[in-house]
Amino acid sequence: MTVAKIPEKISPRPSLRRKIEDLSGQKIAACFQCEKCTNGCPVTFAMDVVPHRLMRMLQLGLLDEAIRSDTIWVCASCETCTTRCPNDIDIAHVMDALRQLSQREGIKVVQKNAPTFHAAFLASLRRHGRVHEPEMAVEYMLRSGGLSGLRKQAGTGMAMFKRGKIKLLPPRVRAGRQVKNIFKKVKR
Amino acid sequence: MEVSYYPGCSIEGIAREYGESVAAVARILGIDLKELEDWTCCGAASAHATDDMLALALPARNLETADKAGLDMVVPCAACYSRLKHADKALRAGTKIEGVNGGYKGDFRIKHLVDFIWEEVGEKAILEKVSKPLSGLKAVCYYGCLITRPPRITDAVDADNPESMDNILKTLGAEVKNWSYKTDCCGAEHVLTMPEVAWKMIQKLFDMAEEAGADAIAVACPMCQSNLDTHQDEISAQAGKQYNVPIIYSTELMGLAFGAPEADKWFARHFVDPRPLLREKGLL
Repeated sequence: MTVAKIPEKISPRPSLRRKIEDLSGQKIAACFQCEKCTNGCPVTFAMDVVPHRLMRMLQLGLLDEAIRSDTIWVCASCETCTTRCPNDIDIAHVMDALRQLSQREGIKVVQKNAPTFHAAFLASLRRHGRVHEPEMAVEYMLRSGGLSGLRKQAGTGMAMFKRGKIKLLPPRVRAGRQVKNIFKKVKR
Repeated sequence: MEVSYYPGCSIEGIAREYGESVAAVARILGIDLKELEDWTCCGAASAHATDDMLALALPARNLETADKAGLDMVVPCAACYSRLKHADKALRAGTKIEGVNGGYKGDFRIKHLVDFIWEEVGEKAILEKVSKPLSGLKAVCYYGCLITRPPRITDAVDADNPESMDNILKTLGAEVKNWSYKTDCCGAEHVLTMPEVAWKMIQKLFDMAEEAGADAIAVACPMCQSNLDTHQDEISAQAGKQYNVPIIYSTELMGLAFGAPEADKWFARHFVDPRPLLREKGLL
C-alpha cells in the first residue's frame, strides 16, 4: 500500500471541487463528515485514504491527490457507502468518476492491476459481445504479471477446466456489431 | 409462467452448475425461461469504472429486446441485475442512451431470481415440489452486494436484511441461521487484482458463518460463489486456519430438495465438494 500525499498546507480550490461535482453528478459539498461511509466500508483496511477523508479532500479541491490514491481502486463498488449516506451522495459513483478521470489523465496507478483487469474485461466484451472468461483471464494475467503471472494461475485454470467451467470456444452473438458501435460512439 | 431470462456471461463458464440448476428448478416449478434473444454482456464493474455512458448503453441494448418481448425478466446474477436495473431506471427517467432508439415502454419488471421465486412462484408452489426436505442442513444465506444495494436502484425493501433466499431455504426444510453478513462484500474482481485483500474479506464471511453455526453458505450470484469456493486453500494459508466451507447455489439446494436426479453432477463442479456434508446429513 502507498500513502496518498496530502500537502501540509491547503488552500481550498472550489473550482476543482466543482469539477468533480460535475463529473460525478454528486453534491460533494453536502458531506458533513459523519463517517458512516467509512464505518460501513469493508475495505478500509487496505485503503490509503478512508472514504470520508477522500470526500473531505474533494471538498477542498485536492483532486490531483484523490485520483492518485489507492483508495479509488481498492474500493470494491459494494455500494454500502452510497446506501448509507444521510446526504444522498452516491459515493460509489464518485469513486467511478475518479477512476475515469485518473485513466483519462493517464495517471500512473500504483494499484495498476485494477485498470488492467477492466481493460481486459472490456476488450473481450467488445470482441465478442459477451465476455469470454478464459480469454479475459489469460489476457489480464499476461498484461498484469507476464508469463510468470500466467504460470502462477495455471493450476486454478486447470482445476476449472477439469470441472467443466471453461468454455474453450468464444461466444457467438449476432448483435456483435451493435456492441462494437456502442464502444465506438462512447470512446472519447 | 413465461419470463424473459438474462443468463449473463458466467452461466456457461465458471457458474455452469448454476445455469444447469436454474434450468432444472425452473422446469420443475413450471417457469418457462425464454432466454433473451441475442443478449449481450451488461458491462459489469468494468464498464462503470471506465465510462458512464458505456455502463448504461451495454445493459440498455438488452432492455430494448426485453421491452419488445414484454415479459418480466429474471436475472440469476447480482451484478447483471444491478447493471440492468441502473439502465432501466435511467431509461424510465428519460435519459438519452447511446444506441437506444427511444420508445421504451418499460412494461415489465426485472427481478433477481431468488426474489422472483419467492415472490412470484411462492411458498405453496415450492413446498408442493419438495420431496426430500433439507432437514438438518444448517446454512446461512449470502446475497452479496448488488441484489439489494443501492435500494433506489434495486427497489429492495430492506437493503441490509433481504429475506427471499432465507424463506426459500426454510421452505425446503433447511435450518437457516441468522447472521449480519448477508450483504457484505466478497471482494468482487479483487480476487484477481488484489487477491490478499479479497481473501481477507472472504475469510471474514467464513468466520461469521461459522460463528452463526452454519455448515454451508447458500448463494445467488456466480461471482460470490466463485470467489468463496475457489480460493479456500489460499485463504486458509493466509489465515493460518483451515477452511472447508461448501458454497452452494440456492438453486442447487432447491434441485436437491425437489429430487432432481442431476444434482450430483452440479456438486461435482465445486472446488469444495458439498457432497460429504450432504451425505453426512442423509440428503444425498
